Amino acid sequence: MSPQPVLEIRGLDKSFGPVQVLHDVAFSAFAGEVTALVGDNGAGKSTLVKCLGGIHSIDAGEYIFDGKPVHVASPREAAELGIEIVYQDLALCDNLDIVQNMFLGREKKSGLVLDEATMEEMAAKTLDGLSVRTVKSIRQLVSSLSGGQRQTVAIAKAVLWNSKVVILDEPTAALGVAQTAQVLELVRRLADNGLSVILISHNLNDVFAVSDRIAALYLGRMAAQVKTADVTHSQVVELITSGRSGELGLKNANGVTA
Amino acid sequence: MSTTTIPEKPVAQAPTIGGNVRGYLERVRGGDMGALPAVFGLVVLCTAFAILRPVFLSSINFANLLTQGAAISVIAMGLVFVLLLGEIDLSAGFTSGVCAAVLAVTLTNNGQPWYIAVVAAIVTGVVIGASLGVLVAKLGIPSFVVTLAAFLAFQGLLLILVNEGTNIAIRDQTIIAIENKNLPPTLGWALYIGCVAIYAAVQIVRSGRRARRGLVADPATVIAFRVGLIAVLGGLAVYALNLERSRNALLVSLKGVPIVVPIVLALLILWTFVLRRTAFGRHVYAVGGNAEAARRAGISVDRIRISAFVICSGMASVGGIIAASQASSVDPNTGGSDVLLFAVGAAVIGGTSLFGGKGRVLDAILGGAVVAVINNGMGLMGYSASVKYIVTGSVLLLAAGVDALSRKRAAASGLR
Repeated sequence: MSPQPVLEIRGLDKSFGPVQVLHDVAFSAFAGEVTALVGDNGAGKSTLVKCLGGIHSIDAGEYIFDGKPVHVASPREAAELGIEIVYQDLALCDNLDIVQNMFLGREKKSGLVLDEATMEEMAAKTLDGLSVRTVKSIRQLVSSLSGGQRQTVAIAKAVLWNSKVVILDEPTAALGVAQTAQVLELVRRLADNGLSVILISHNLNDVFAVSDRIAALYLGRMAAQVKTADVTHSQVVELITSGRSGELGLKNANGVTA
Repeated sequence: MSTTTIPEKPVAQAPTIGGNVRGYLERVRGGDMGALPAVFGLVVLCTAFAILRPVFLSSINFANLLTQGAAISVIAMGLVFVLLLGEIDLSAGFTSGVCAAVLAVTLTNNGQPWYIAVVAAIVTGVVIGASLGVLVAKLGIPSFVVTLAAFLAFQGLLLILVNEGTNIAIRDQTIIAIENKNLPPTLGWALYIGCVAIYAAVQIVRSGRRARRGLVADPATVIAFRVGLIAVLGGLAVYALNLERSRNALLVSLKGVPIVVPIVLALLILWTFVLRRTAFGRHVYAVGGNAEAARRAGISVDRIRISAFVICSGMASVGGIIAASQASSVDPNTGGSDVLLFAVGAAVIGGTSLFGGKGRVLDAILGGAVVAVINNGMGLMGYSASVKYIVTGSVLLLAAGVDALSRKRAAASGLR
């Protein structure tokens, strides 16, 4: 769709001590698209995401954001660029309400005093923009929300700050069928609103339901990055399990056995 | 799972009186009891003592209750900050003793004016709090151990300050006045009218502002109810305190609001404002609720921890000053024996959770009132100290039990 990716990685290497976790990884994410990042356990999904989010430094490779090479050394720098990560454990405070959680650490103030009215308006607008209709009141404590609603709040928190790239780590892993559908709908809406969404998932049904592109990691290498429409379910499974599928994927000579 | 779809924008529900009441009942049933047990306990205790010993309701006893409960309530207010983080400060009692001793030494032995002595005492408290906080936050020693060690060490420090057990008398009239003198009745009424008017104005202005921006605002009836409740309770209290309490009014007149009451009220308002209306207060709740989430949100968790200990020990020093004023002297027992346990008890009985993340400064006052009423009422009934200790201990256990049970209940109903 869009010619230039919002976020692009080229030739990324990452080692922890003697163990090389990522080899020469290339990855790109486009605005208005959901890019699914798939791979077996230990394939390097989390490491790649942590490199994107500035939690891990990268050993080698280029990090290009909005067409410009950048150096992301900390989560704060990533947030300044407009990259937000929603982790699997969500990191919400149960004893605070939805608005308080969405603004945690970045509260709006007028003078010394918290500007509750402005925060409430902004939170309501953001939730409205995402067409979230499942919460009764934005002044509800997070402890009273269901898993899907919590996920919604965590995503809304990430979107609140005009972010450009939102990375979701297994957002549906702990949810039931109805709530999974709700969250996937929300993921799709984020992309339709022009954001670039990177979705980590183990669930191929979810991946095929919402994603525009699929990037498959295999043993720390990018096996393939393809359009979802061009591949079948079983091809993706092959990419995940053996790194190649017919014409797609890593060439044997190129060290699948790495 | 309440995934009910409603067609409106996701703003708070339209508030009605019925809605407010229903919401409150739902929270209580769900295990969020708040101050309810403390208020209920207060009513039961007061009724029982009033029936058994009518003198309990006399104006002189009411004034005694306030002055007896003041020091513990102030220490408990500080403890609320530490408890909100899920930590504990076992040394708060002796911190107040050490600060009281610093006050007495500066006043009596060094002959400094009262304001210098007060500043010295509070600075001592702040320094103690900062050291405790650094040990807990930076070194990662559990607060239980750090403050248990401090509990022992401060006991020794207090002995050194009072020269191994002498009693330092306080003769400064300003310090003595805190617990032993009263406001003139007219000033008491003026203060009362001022407080109620400001409270009403704040509520109305806030509600009006929110309504103008199209946000959910408290309806006028709810505001009227709140203001009315404060006006009635405050009015009754000021009226009772302004009655003549002296047995022989011709010789010495004894009436008016004790000076310590407006001091405690000012501290209550200050810390309630800090907890509810500032980013710092929000971060205290966040660290108590989920420290990892707070850290990821960019909050300096260590800084919040240290600040909480500084506030706790600082408030303990104020409590120590009040205790010194009450006894007109400082001895090795000031802030010792039951002070700390009563203070922790006050906070917990008031509804502050020992598990962190839940509690208000007002809880300390309500719980402090329960503790003071038990002490005072049992004393009037002629029970010995032994029975008082057992009853207060049982009440504390009951309060902690209610806290733990309501957490369980809340977990079951998905409120926590």
